Amino acid sequence: MKKLLFFAAISVITISAAAQDKYFTKNGKILFKCTKSPLEKIEASNKGTTCVLDSKTGNMQFAVLMKGFEFERALMQEHFNENYVESHKFPKAEFKGQISNNSEINYTKDGTYAAKVKGQLTIHGVTKPVETTGTVTVKNGKIIAVADFTVQVSDYNISIPSLVSDKISNTVNINVDCNLEPLKS
Amino acid sequence: MNFQKIIISLLSVAIFTTATAQDEDLLKLVGDDEPKKEYVDYAFKSSRVIMSHSMEMIRPGVLDFRILHRFGNINDGAYEFFGLDNATMRMSFDFGITKNLMIGVGRSTNQKELDGFIKYRIIHQSKGKGVMPFSLLAVAGSTMSLLKWSDPTRKNYFTSRMAYYGQVILGRKLSEVVSLQLMPTIVHRNLVPTANDPSDMIAVGAGARIKMSKRISFNVDYYYRVNPNETDGTFNPLSIGFDIETGGHVFQLHFTNAIGMNEKTFLTQSTNDWSKGDIQFGFNISRTFQLKKKKN
Repeated sequence: MKKLLFFAAISVITISAAAQDKYFTKNGKILFKCTKSPLEKIEASNKGTTCVLDSKTGNMQFAVLMKGFEFERALMQEHFNENYVESHKFPKAEFKGQISNNSEINYTKDGTYAAKVKGQLTIHGVTKPVETTGTVTVKNGKIIAVADFTVQVSDYNISIPSLVSDKISNTVNINVDCNLEPLKS
Repeated sequence: MNFQKIIISLLSVAIFTTATAQDEDLLKLVGDDEPKKEYVDYAFKSSRVIMSHSMEMIRPGVLDFRILHRFGNINDGAYEFFGLDNATMRMSFDFGITKNLMIGVGRSTNQKELDGFIKYRIIHQSKGKGVMPFSLLAVAGSTMSLLKWSDPTRKNYFTSRMAYYGQVILGRKLSEVVSLQLMPTIVHRNLVPTANDPSDMIAVGAGARIKMSKRISFNVDYYYRVNPNETDGTFNPLSIGFDIETGGHVFQLHFTNAIGMNEKTFLTQSTNDWSKGDIQFGFNISRTFQLKKKKN
């Protein structure tokens, strides 16, 4: 009996240690566009997104530094940080959510799977629910997670002055593209 | 059996921990909370406080076209439309070469002066990892008067047209609202008007910004001259005003006793006195153009 329990304990410990069920990256890409007028392209990218995915539960989290968004034009970048997202007050945007159809994804088999993602997105200190459908591609033990979704600027307590409202769209298209690697604990 | 109980309780603890771990903050696993080095930017709205260089740089690939106006003295009265009938101006192009290096050229109507400078940021204020409490910049510039010689009969040297200035800017963005900087400066003139005028004038400047709203800030710009010519009726230059940002432009509206819009002129030739009300209204317009675009 003693031995049996001992073995049971050992096996539990080894299982939890061997399970590589978490994946992560620190340089995922996020691109957003809020162009309204064809004359002025307003888009920015950030190549330093942190993303962690727990394949067992489907839980996923993103964090990105607002100051890391790079615009084509320096002035736009300054206005983005200073006037719109106020990155000194709210340095990070975060997403905390879950792949709701996680059971349909086989993380051990290469292939592309549709993933329904649902969660809470925090930008500019405001948290709102978001929902989208993306894809999870499993390839050689690595995961490529891609998703597109839109948010409304006004939902996040960011005001666009009327002077520039013909240039900046209230609807922002966000594209997320992360190459995740197994997290070794 | 006691030992058995211990094992069971250990097991249940292990199971319990893995169960609660589902709700953990995944980002903590990858050390996302580690402090990162972060440069402190946007201490001033533009690369000038009002008349002086600020601790801000123009970003690489950006051309800043600036038009500076100074009107006549407000106390000239209604006949001169409170100075607005008389205006001098300086037009300039500043260009950002790298993150820490910029150059500029300008032409003033006052004394038909051409000026140019190079500005380099040696230390960039930062926070987080490797914190740096201040920014340190160096500016070197020269001015050239293109006026006709006042006495063409005597031997005039080309070098007499030239003057030089060197400046160190020590600045700190104290908070999102307040930025402060000190500017020890030296101006060298090859030709001075009288024997009382120092060839090398030393001055210490101070500049400050108080941000009033997202798009408006209040600025002060002042120089204390250490060795002025006491007899030529010039004063320490002081400018106070507002920066107003409207999309692509920055407007700087201010009141000043400074004459001229380059370091040599406003430090050595400001004949106006604030205490007598010899104040001029002035405004600067800055418009930036992104010449080289960043690739996404």
